[in-house]
Amino acid sequence: MNPKEYKYTKEHEWVRPESGNRCKVGITSYAQHQLGDIVFLELPAPETQVKQFEKMGEIESVKAVSDLFSPVTGKVLETNGAAIDKPELVNEDPYGKGWLARIELGRISEVDSLMNSDEYDRLVAGLGEQPSE
Amino acid sequence: MSRRYELPDISQPGKVGYSLPTLDMPAAELPPAEMLRSDLALPEVSEAELVRYFTHLSKLNYGIDTGFYPLGSCTMKYNPKWHEDVARLPGFASIHPFQPAGSVQGALRLMFELQAYLAEITGMDGVSLAPLAGAQGELASILMVKAYHRKDSARSKILVPDSAHGTNPATGTMGGFEVVSVPSDDKGDVDLGKLESIMDENVAALTLTLPNTLGLFDTRIGKISQLVHDKGALLCGDGANLNSLVGKARFGDMGFDCVQLNLHKTFSTPHGGGGPGSGPVCARAVLTEFLPSPVVAKDGEEYRLASPASSIGILGAAYGNFGVMVRAYAYIRTLGAAGLREVSENAVINANYLKEKLKPYYHLPYDRPCMHEIVFSGKRQKTQGVRALDIAKRLLDFGFHPPTVYFPIIVDEAIMVEPTESESKATLDSFIDAMKQIAREAEENPEMLHSAPHHTPVRRLDEAKAARQPDLRWRMGNDKERAGTA
Repeated sequence: MNPKEYKYTKEHEWVRPESGNRCKVGITSYAQHQLGDIVFLELPAPETQVKQFEKMGEIESVKAVSDLFSPVTGKVLETNGAAIDKPELVNEDPYGKGWLARIELGRISEVDSLMNSDEYDRLVAGLGEQPSE
Repeated sequence: MSRRYELPDISQPGKVGYSLPTLDMPAAELPPAEMLRSDLALPEVSEAELVRYFTHLSKLNYGIDTGFYPLGSCTMKYNPKWHEDVARLPGFASIHPFQPAGSVQGALRLMFELQAYLAEITGMDGVSLAPLAGAQGELASILMVKAYHRKDSARSKILVPDSAHGTNPATGTMGGFEVVSVPSDDKGDVDLGKLESIMDENVAALTLTLPNTLGLFDTRIGKISQLVHDKGALLCGDGANLNSLVGKARFGDMGFDCVQLNLHKTFSTPHGGGGPGSGPVCARAVLTEFLPSPVVAKDGEEYRLASPASSIGILGAAYGNFGVMVRAYAYIRTLGAAGLREVSENAVINANYLKEKLKPYYHLPYDRPCMHEIVFSGKRQKTQGVRALDIAKRLLDFGFHPPTVYFPIIVDEAIMVEPTESESKATLDSFIDAMKQIAREAEENPEMLHSAPHHTPVRRLDEAKAARQPDLRWRMGNDKERAGTA
């Protein structure tokens, strides 16, 4: 299931708040399942300024290349090198080892306005899919 | 040997497939030893074994000359063999691009007449045959749009419906524009309300694939054209699906300002690994001065290459893919107007026949008459744990090339079938039977689909591994290593 302590977007990204205005972001289990086997990640370089709901990278799966949107506004601190080397981590463990970027939040209030896990569970259920496998 | 094998499997040290005559010249000295290597492993086989190996490989090929090839969006129709004879005539095949125009009048006449035929078929005022493929024809369209708006720098956006070919947004970006997606409504047409709210004076053009990738003809094209033109923008067509419209409807009459065609698809040339493309761009009078160079002009009885007044320039070496033009010309002249109309009729009838026969078995997201192709969704089978990919792989066991899957992306588990006009009812019926059996298997024996294909020279390939760890260099022995780790 989708972790309780995370926040979610309609575009199936998650945000995990950390201490000191920082957060980790990634894509949800539903997203990785829809994409299928992920084979390549293009993530923003550290120091890049990203804007909420705007494109920050690309995810290539065996099916398609999809845009990756940033769930928050802020500055990219680092990206997950392990996932870039082994994109299958995003399929295997989307909420853990498959995280994508750590971002320093520009506007903390943005995180509060995202969906909580109950709301996101309902969104995914409404799409007629099993939330995760 | 019917099982697939590789040369190293039959290699034996010391075997050779050649015999050289005795050296009757002084032997040249070899380069210094440190520049030479002795560790290069190559298979060693006789000439007969080598010929059999390549013949064996050739028998593993699958193409339109082998069987049904309903790869949606690709128009894999039969390519008449007579076209190959025509394209090989020395007057076409053995001429040089820089020969004086006076010595290649026949070739230029063919290009001139083909331009006129395509203008007639699309209802446009001018045509350039220069683009080397469909996507380059699209790029030509967008560069012409840019040239047209050159004094209006605020026009920075290209609108592209979400049912467009994937190349359409890519082309807008290549042209230096911001691409804005226009959603489809629940019938699969452009959402007119959304279009109206997005349309403003910053839009340079709307690019419309017609029929769209759902195989649907947007019947409100007149209204779309009006909304676009009212704001001073242009309407660009993607004519890659023209094989459903030839002789029936014309882009110019529908309000398009330009459109690219895919000659290799609509007018029949081996493509998709079988040969190059050709993507002529056709334009209405407002854009003809910008057409890519060259175009063929006629002065009196003399044909010559010309450059339109404000041309966007040349797009490649020489004059486009001339061999494809010859085949398209042959196709048009052979069929004539009545024959071309029949091509479109058969393409549309065949797709609708498949739609009606298969819709009890596969979810049909947009249940309305289709054009040359039909998009099903594997949604129902997905609830049984079977994916579109499994269905595609199982079709290989029946000897069919699978349809396109997972495209268009606006349809979940898309299965995109384009039967083309070439196929007989008997072929369509055998495909329908296979699809019905697969739908039954999804219910009763999903494992049969998960483990498909069963009867092909290789079983299911690991596409994810191939993309994650591409192994692009063949060395003798390393395929054994791979087999060991797979």
